[in-house]
Amino acid sequence: MKKLPVLLLLIMIVVVLGVAGCGDDGSSAAAKSSNSAQGRILLATTTSTYDSGLLDYLLPSFEKLHGVDVQVVSLGTGQALEVGKNGDVDVVLVHAREAELAMVHQGHYVDRHDVMYNDFIIAGPDSDPADLRQLTDIEEVFAAIAGQQVPFISRGDESGTHVKEKALWQKAGISPLGDWYVDTGAGMGDTLRMADEMEGYILTDRATFLSMQDRLELAIVFEGAEELLNQYGVMAVNPDNYSGINYQGAMQLIEYLISEDGQKMISDFKPYGETLFFPNAQ
Amino acid sequence: MLIFFDPDLYQIIFLTLYVSGSAVILAALIGVPAGTWLGMQPPRKVRFLTLFIYTLMGLPPVVGGLVVFMLLSRRGMLGFLGLLYTPTAMIIAQVLLAVPIIIGLTSVAVRSKGKEMQETLLSLGAERRLILWTIMREARFGILGALIAGFGRIIAEVGAVIMVGGNIAGRTRVMTTAIVLEVGMGNMAFALALGLILLVIAFAIYAVLYRIQSGGSDE
Repeated sequence: MKKLPVLLLLIMIVVVLGVAGCGDDGSSAAAKSSNSAQGRILLATTTSTYDSGLLDYLLPSFEKLHGVDVQVVSLGTGQALEVGKNGDVDVVLVHAREAELAMVHQGHYVDRHDVMYNDFIIAGPDSDPADLRQLTDIEEVFAAIAGQQVPFISRGDESGTHVKEKALWQKAGISPLGDWYVDTGAGMGDTLRMADEMEGYILTDRATFLSMQDRLELAIVFEGAEELLNQYGVMAVNPDNYSGINYQGAMQLIEYLISEDGQKMISDFKPYGETLFFPNAQ
Repeated sequence: MLIFFDPDLYQIIFLTLYVSGSAVILAALIGVPAGTWLGMQPPRKVRFLTLFIYTLMGLPPVVGGLVVFMLLSRRGMLGFLGLLYTPTAMIIAQVLLAVPIIIGLTSVAVRSKGKEMQETLLSLGAERRLILWTIMREARFGILGALIAGFGRIIAEVGAVIMVGGNIAGRTRVMTTAIVLEVGMGNMAFALALGLILLVIAFAIYAVLYRIQSGGSDE
């Protein structure tokens, strides 16, 4: 039995080498039966878009118009972009402009359009220990949180929201490090709940915050800065990369979202009494 | 190969072992004696209790996590302890998940061994504690199986620990929650690598347990 540790080490090395060897394209999209033949469009979107209820409100009239069935998969931004890249869906609706443009540039996606924007807010305990309410500038806000080491709860999951947050820290010239900076690696809803429990500050999209407001003791302490705008984009998976992509359906959906009617519907969506998404398709 | 030298990864592995290891030890201290007691009762007397334990063996981890979350939350009964989003909270949740399995499987193992032994030992005039101890020793293969099943359940689960631990980097992030996060970011290959490392760790632990068990068998 003395050989056991050696054997284990060998197994581990083989396993790790094997995985490292398959690089980023470990999963290849199997040719799937054509979605267009079934009148089905697969849309990958982000949890914050889906949780707001916007798609449940927008899609039925589109489905009736074209006689198709749109099936929505709600994932983290990174995963949504990844499943599209692998040809497992037909179209994606996400909010990570830089990453989206990079993927279009690499040929994974085509026909990207801006659809709408919403905004981020800084929420925190009602007592506002860092006195953010009296500040006017987003960089001051981040400097005050870091300066007073009030807990700041970050999603830390490379989601659109997290990417935005990192950019804001960078803009303020601060690298957030220390016990006060909590990296949750969780979705927006879970992270809001954690900020509530820990009595910390958080960067959140307005829609998710409003949808949970009555279950939280957090209040909006800073809003309205230009830097807090959050752009959503839609793009089709490049049909040249895989067979069986429903490109036609994807294009119908994109055209619907950026059409005058679609854009008006988006601005009329007010589940909490105020507009959540502001249409801005070109 | 890079992941071998990542200090964050070692920290995650260590925390996984600390949380699930502590939980399985605590759950064993509760579950083995309780399961032995249950296995020694006449079946008819404890029928309802047995069915209740069997039902809890199938408790969805996320429900167990939710119960612990509601207790430890700031608005919960034990909120003043400030335990939410700590490794301790994760241990509590995992103990809750492992105890029913250990009780249930221990009672089955004891039931298959216990009857005649108990009568023999009683007729020899042994006292209760000695009887318990002897029966546990006799049923140790079954009990080890119970511990392996309990450990397997908690080292592999993600729903409860993500709920009460919160997957905080450097504080409550374990293997399974790290895997969920990597999948969410679209890093499938890395997530799979983490999964394989978790399997290798489990293999190593079971190998040790197996040694202990066969080592104790020739006394």
